[in-house]
Amino acid sequence: MGIDNIWVFAQETNGAATPATLELLTKARSLGGTVSAFVVGDGNAIASTLGEYGAAKVYSTGDLAGNLPGAAGAAAMKAVIDGGDRPDLIMFPQNYEGRDIVSRLSVKLDRTVLTNNTQVEVDGDSLKVTTPVFGGEQLVTTTFTGEGPFLAAFRPKSFEPAPGDAGAGEVVSAPVPDLGATGGAKVTAVHVEETTGPKLDEAAVVVAGGRGLGQSESFEMVESLAKLLKGAPGASRAIVDAGWVPYSMQVGQTGKVVKPSVYIAAGISGATQHMVGMKGSKNIIAINKDAEAPIFGVADLGIVGDVHKVMPKLIEALQGR
Amino acid sequence: MNVIVCVKQIPDPAQPGELDPSTNTLKREGKLILDESDSYGVEMALQLVDKAGEGEVSLISMAPNGEVSGLRTALAMGAAKAVLVSDPDLAGSDALTTAKVLAAAAKKLGDADLIIAATESSDGYTGTVPEQMAEVLGMPSITFAKSVAVEGGTVKVARQTEAGYDEVECPTPALVSVTAGVVEPRYPSFKGIMAAKSKPVEEVTAADLGVTPVGWAGADQQIVDVAQAPAREAGEIIEDEGEAHLKIVEFLEGLKVI
Ligand SMILES: Cc1cc2nc3c(=O)[nH]c(=O)nc-3n(C[C@H](O)[C@H](O)[C@H](O)COP(=O)(O)OP(=O)(O)OC[C@H]3O[C@@H](n4cnc5c(N)ncnc54)[C@H](O)[C@@H]3O)c2cc1C
Ligand SMILES: Cc1cc2nc3c(=O)[nH]c(=O)nc-3n(C[C@H](O)[C@H](O)[C@H](O)COP(=O)(O)OP(=O)(O)OC[C@H]3O[C@@H](n4cnc5c(N)ncnc54)[C@H](O)[C@@H]3O)c2cc1C
Repeated sequence: MGIDNIWVFAQETNGAATPATLELLTKARSLGGTVSAFVVGDGNAIASTLGEYGAAKVYSTGDLAGNLPGAAGAAAMKAVIDGGDRPDLIMFPQNYEGRDIVSRLSVKLDRTVLTNNTQVEVDGDSLKVTTPVFGGEQLVTTTFTGEGPFLAAFRPKSFEPAPGDAGAGEVVSAPVPDLGATGGAKVTAVHVEETTGPKLDEAAVVVAGGRGLGQSESFEMVESLAKLLKGAPGASRAIVDAGWVPYSMQVGQTGKVVKPSVYIAAGISGATQHMVGMKGSKNIIAINKDAEAPIFGVADLGIVGDVHKVMPKLIEALQGR
Repeated sequence: MNVIVCVKQIPDPAQPGELDPSTNTLKREGKLILDESDSYGVEMALQLVDKAGEGEVSLISMAPNGEVSGLRTALAMGAAKAVLVSDPDLAGSDALTTAKVLAAAAKKLGDADLIIAATESSDGYTGTVPEQMAEVLGMPSITFAKSVAVEGGTVKVARQTEAGYDEVECPTPALVSVTAGVVEPRYPSFKGIMAAKSKPVEEVTAADLGVTPVGWAGADQQIVDVAQAPAREAGEIIEDEGEAHLKIVEFLEGLKVI
């Protein structure tokens, strides 16, 4: 027994494995046993990378033909499990696709899901996972009490990715079975928002703006500063919901988790749901006119001041260099 | 068109959350309120039914102690009726059990064209319940909807993705989870609040719905430890008197970012 057979739900973007996939594979490898990757889509392009990070086997469903990943991915996984490869643990990233697949699979297997985890440890025949709650103030450790396959979803950036020394993973076809009514939803068009500069969750510097900017036009200050520092602009949910900036810029519990070397928060109060997304940054600078704003509790450098005064001067000073 | 909306009633998020030291689960004692995340679903449903020109919005909720205050808020917004599942045996339920209970409650209400939930709740935020419900009901689903329209038996959704959004279509009946900001929730009017008081709320137990096992017995998970996370050390806080930007420049230089 023990945890001998681990699957990682693996994702691809623009022909490369996502960082979250590599983080989970690295962690899976360290738990021992054999590791397989499961790609809901065509896994061939990333099979060699997945192998390098520890996947001896790469299950690939092939193109989804417009199906949403939730129903299709769960049904494909269930079919492989019914076929005899029974994992002790399946690791998912806590993101759109991961969440949708693990949810449907949990019903098919009648197994609970532990979500939002940042750590995992083998505990005899079971596992212990750790989840930060209340904006990361407390850490809750939970074990699975039933039988595997154990299902767990992890926040991105929980583990440091590192390649191993194995070769390319063997690609094994895992076709999506007939989905019946659950396969009713079909993608009819895909829209990609243009972005320039580094990706928000990979940038070394993130400059994020919040409601304290006052109006959507002021977000230009955030963008200029990000550009000057070769970083990425980010946002609190307040201004995403207000329609000032696209959702892809949101940092926090329901947005991206970022861990840059510098995070600059301009006009952001520091709500717990925002902080879980940026607390792991190496250095935090906050500009807020309210000295009592919670963001100052995590700031290495806090400026109590007006963003409309501090930001333009900062931008000017940096432009002059 | 008939729409069922999942409505979670939660402790006021403005109050600091607390875990019950004996059970290690979230304290849900005081008055519960309508989860703001669900106010978007309620509004969306009201608008869809309004547009269709026929049908009604029904609510389902699972909450302790026969709690109805959050449901009354949604009824005051314009929903017609509600089913509340309240049962001491449901304490400690995991998301999967919650989904089974809500799916059974939806079945009890009968045929709906659409079931709407939020993408995630404000207190537990596993984000798994809607998709689990859809699977229990054998239904198609579209998650992360940022706009929803129904035309002749097809639901059309703009589904938020990491890179932008997808247009997705699905035959009804279907389950849709909506993001915050999908629509602007209305405030209940005085008339709405008065009318809500006499709208039907049927209270049932898990056993009434035929769902077992529930609560601690149904959850294959156990909290074994709760610890304080290491705090970040407080940094330097300064008041801007016109020169604070230089302090930032100096800080960035120190880090060799510039
Ligand atoms: C389930 C759930 C999930 C959530 N997920 C997220 C998430 O992923 N990310 C997220 O960010 N939020 C999230 N939130 C929302 C979160 O609770 C806060 O509402 C949000 O982060 C607040 O954004 P803000 O800091 O921009 O706005 P506010 O809280 O309104 O803060 C604005 C700040 O600007 C300051 N200010 C005002 N004027 C100026 C000025 N001229 N100069 C300087 N400072 C000024 C104010 O002092 C204040 O501190 C979530 C909430 C829920 C319930
Ligand atoms: C901090 C914390 C962490 C937790 N972690 C886990 C975990 O990892 N795994 C697990 O299985 N359980 C977990 N739970 C328990 C879980 O929150 C409860 O089982 C809860 O009843 C359902 O999950 P949710 O609120 O996370 O739902 P979500 O999936 O986040 O909810 C999405 C939507 O579903 C609908 N919905 C959800 N619950 C109800 C309800 N009771 N009534 C009506 N509509 C509803 C609402 O529209 C809601 O917005 C956790 C609880 C807490 C407080």
